[in-house]
Amino acid sequence: MSVIELDRVAIRLGGRSVLADASFAIERGEFIGVLGPNGAGKTTLMRAILGLIAPSEGSIRVFGRAPQRGDADIGYLPQMRTVLPDLRVRGLDFIASSVRGERWGVPALGQADRDMINKTLATVGARELAERPLAEMSGGERQRLLLAQALLGQPRLLLLDEPLISLDHRYQEAVVELIRGFARERNVTVLFSAHELNQLVGALDRVLYLGNGQAALGTVEDVVTSPILSRLYGTDIEVVRAGGHIFVLSRGRDVERSDHLHDDGHDHHHGRDHHHA
Amino acid sequence: MMVMTTITAVTTTMLEYDFMRNAFAAAGVAAIVSGLVGYFLVLRGQTFAGHALGHIGFAGATGAVLVGVASVWGLVGFTVAAGIGMGLMGDRISGRDVVIGVVLALALGFGLLFLHYYTAFAAQATALLFGNVLAVDRAMIVTLIGLGAITLGGLAVIMRPLIFATLQPELAEAKGVPVRFVSTAFLAIVALAVSESAQIVGVLLVFALMVGPPATAQRLVVGLWSGMALSAAIALLEAWLGITIAYQTDWPVSFCISLLSAVGYFLTRGNWLQRRASG
Repeated sequence: MSVIELDRVAIRLGGRSVLADASFAIERGEFIGVLGPNGAGKTTLMRAILGLIAPSEGSIRVFGRAPQRGDADIGYLPQMRTVLPDLRVRGLDFIASSVRGERWGVPALGQADRDMINKTLATVGARELAERPLAEMSGGERQRLLLAQALLGQPRLLLLDEPLISLDHRYQEAVVELIRGFARERNVTVLFSAHELNQLVGALDRVLYLGNGQAALGTVEDVVTSPILSRLYGTDIEVVRAGGHIFVLSRGRDVERSDHLHDDGHDHHHGRDHHHA
Repeated sequence: MMVMTTITAVTTTMLEYDFMRNAFAAAGVAAIVSGLVGYFLVLRGQTFAGHALGHIGFAGATGAVLVGVASVWGLVGFTVAAGIGMGLMGDRISGRDVVIGVVLALALGFGLLFLHYYTAFAAQATALLFGNVLAVDRAMIVTLIGLGAITLGGLAVIMRPLIFATLQPELAEAKGVPVRFVSTAFLAIVALAVSESAQIVGVLLVFALMVGPPATAQRLVVGLWSGMALSAAIALLEAWLGITIAYQTDWPVSFCISLLSAVGYFLTRGNWLQRRASG
């Protein structure tokens, strides 16, 4: 049984077609890099897998069943991460809020919950964040906290939407390594969206490229090619491999890097939480 | 030793008066409710919504008096309706939208209109706007306790999803929390707490009990439970100390409470406390 299976799926969002006639399957334990231009539907696809958006056509199966909101088997790191600017609550309580957070009543944290949280914090090297208020954390520290959050419980599938944004280069590599190790150890399936292929290329098993309403899933050699990317980007794309890096160029310009710059500006506009580490 | 004797003496004389005992009881109930609900109001960055609810409650209170109903029920009815309305309209409104400002002014205007037709104009207006805790009677205390129990009961029911939706709205939505419902229910709870608080310090000064103490508490501790407990404790302390100071000085009670609230906040806001802690 595949972990995620899309069969002739079409997703429309506000009258706009995000995905049309997409079929692919992702197997257990795979590390999938999700790439593509802005607005290609990376976030939308994850939300559909979470059961937050219903496809207009076709079917999505997650662990062999229809996606269900609040699936405890899925760990999720949302891209839009609203953190109130002056949140004077310590990291432990921030993370603990998600433990059975959808249930009514007064929250109660047992010793087992505490141990689980502390263990997960240790996994991402963030033990010391448990007692510090969020208002005093840097963007990178908050990111680490959110990552711990996604790993909490025993997820069998991780949906990580742009977890590298607002991290400096050195730490980006550490995060990819960490997720890779975590997933391999527990045979967890990972969908990891990013702006740049090169950030992930050493870690991923296959790449899922989205664009122009289409999806291409395969190894980097098979998918990251001029014909396929030209189709997905809807413009002439040249793929250049040099020194172990892959550059996706449109008329000599690096598409991924310029996307990233654009998105950065976007974040400043929206994100109340945007701090650079 | 001498200080202790003085305090005991003052307290004893104070508490010989029926109206002072009533004032302490009423202020105590309202302060604890305000401190607890206010903690979440500050956490969610919705203090402006709390302020607006107070103003809207003014129209409700004066309208109720005009038709011969106790003002507290007008307050409760109007603020709860307004809270639910704000919640249904979503985050845009409960933030600091222009709409709130306009509705707020309109509500105060209506309050003035209702007062215009009411004969005991000035005394009633002052009591509603700035509170009159020394005039609280037994029946009001019972009402405050009943309202307070409902308020805190409601808060207890939604607390877990409320915390989740406050700290991580996107994830809460993904995990199946009915975010819109929770925030609407919360604003209704805030409305009840505003109605309570307004009985003590008046609609214009609800901030003194609902925002000052929780903001002070969040400066001092970063745990959720310790923050809530400290917020309620500070609100209680400031309310009771305010009444005591008013008794001694003959200044208005609401002035004393709002003064303590501000002093408490700015003392902890300045980083001299933190500097001392780290140094």
